[in-house]
Amino acid sequence: MKQGFFEIIENTALTASVYRMRLAGDTSDITASGQFVNIALSGKFLRRPISVCDVEDGVLTIIYKVVGAGTAQMAAMAVGEKLDVLTGLGNGYDLAPAGDRPLLLGGGVGVPPLYNLAKRLIAAGKEVTVILGFNKADEVFYRDEFAALGANVIVATADGSMGVKGFVTDALPTDYTYFYTCGPEPMLRAVWRATKTSGQMSFEERMGCGFGACMGCSCKTLTGNKRICREGPVMRKEEIVWEG
Amino acid sequence: MGRLNVNLCGIELDNPIIPASGTFGFGYEFAELYDINCLGTFSFKGTTRDPRFGNPTPRIAECTAGMINAVGLQNPGVEKVIAEELPKMRQVFHKSVMANVSGFSVEDYAYTVEKLNACPEIGWFEVNVSCPNVHGGGMSFGTSPAAAAEVTRAVRRVTDKPLLIKLSPNVTDIVAIAKACEDAGADGISLINTLLGMRIDLRTKRPVIANKMGGFSGSAIFPVAVRMVYQVANAVKIPVVGMGGVTTAEDVIEMMLAGATAVQVGAANLVNPYACRDIIRDLPAVMDKYGIETLKSIIGGCK
Repeated sequence: MKQGFFEIIENTALTASVYRMRLAGDTSDITASGQFVNIALSGKFLRRPISVCDVEDGVLTIIYKVVGAGTAQMAAMAVGEKLDVLTGLGNGYDLAPAGDRPLLLGGGVGVPPLYNLAKRLIAAGKEVTVILGFNKADEVFYRDEFAALGANVIVATADGSMGVKGFVTDALPTDYTYFYTCGPEPMLRAVWRATKTSGQMSFEERMGCGFGACMGCSCKTLTGNKRICREGPVMRKEEIVWEG
Repeated sequence: MGRLNVNLCGIELDNPIIPASGTFGFGYEFAELYDINCLGTFSFKGTTRDPRFGNPTPRIAECTAGMINAVGLQNPGVEKVIAEELPKMRQVFHKSVMANVSGFSVEDYAYTVEKLNACPEIGWFEVNVSCPNVHGGGMSFGTSPAAAAEVTRAVRRVTDKPLLIKLSPNVTDIVAIAKACEDAGADGISLINTLLGMRIDLRTKRPVIANKMGGFSGSAIFPVAVRMVYQVANAVKIPVVGMGGVTTAEDVIEMMLAGATAVQVGAANLVNPYACRDIIRDLPAVMDKYGIETLKSIIGGCK
């Protein structure tokens, strides 16, 4: 974990409510795909935890959806403004068990952390298939960016306005060696049931600190209690306990 | 002795800054960021007789100038605290630590304190009779003078270490409870724990927190804390540890003027993990600004 000040070098809308922000600063503590950062906003008490979409040469890319006052404030920020950011939070995805043909499944704002993951897997010589799930065509983002990395990209939309009609689980290929996923909990549950291989799943929860001090985001797993911010957000499929 | 030294129940502190229980774990997350030996001490995560997972999530809600938590005393239980957490803590923290203890019965409190009493790294006990997030325990002991005194007496019997009782602000007469603890043998009082609060999500029309209600903390509660510290410090002879919304060196001085011998910092650590280090760094300059030579000299200085 590191605290640093980052300068906004880009803050653009990808869809009506989803923005991409690129931040320049010390990214040295971001060591794995699937980690997150925690951003302080003026006038807001708690920081905003946001997953890392990509990191390269001192530039951090995040993609966020405007859902409340905090993210609306972020969307209104201009290039050149600075943000206080805690970096290097969370465990991130483990690339080792991917096999030759890993499958990546992302839903909505669960898509961004899969981008850096796809990049690393492709760099390691893997044949990567990505299924991107959205509600409808005008909410789709990063299809072309994943394709540009060299991934096989499948889009699924709930209303059928682009790609496969249905959820990411309606677009599952038959042949894959392992899976990685991030998305809303109902999607994670469906992926957990529908996948035939082992895999890793990234969770979200309301957080206090984001670095393991407050125990605000704890969950039970078959391998003991975990803090989603610290021992997570990525869990192995086999250890997950679904509550409720 | 430096300008920042204070003496808390017979133990000298390099400065009065103490991260509050539940916001600092057992110290090692923060030790990744700075040398936590700069602290006066810290109050470790509330420990109970048995392991506890705590409440269901969501446990956290944001508020204007503060937050609500309903963690519910998640901790690995006293055996594991002694066997696993304290050895890890000792790697990064070399001063006496404050042991925060909670319970669900008078016997629980005494059991846990007796177990921890053998640990030489523990300098003080801070017995929490004020957790708002656990039914049938915690706060129920802190809302009646008789029950708070009963816990104090039971714990007093099993330890000779300095014993602080941590009080809840969710009461009608904080002074009566503090005096009952003093009469029952407490060496100090710490206050305030969180204020019971609640938020409702407008989209779902349901409470944000799974437990519905939780403890409100953060800078918003600072004036309430100053008031209660002032009331208690003027009514008891034993030292008072003040907390509640402390964020800056100025807040520390205000809390000490109200009567606090030492000052805990809670929610601020969760937002700025360097909060305590920064406060300690800032104190000398702020003292200069207000013509304060030593912190000791201002305790209870507001009449």
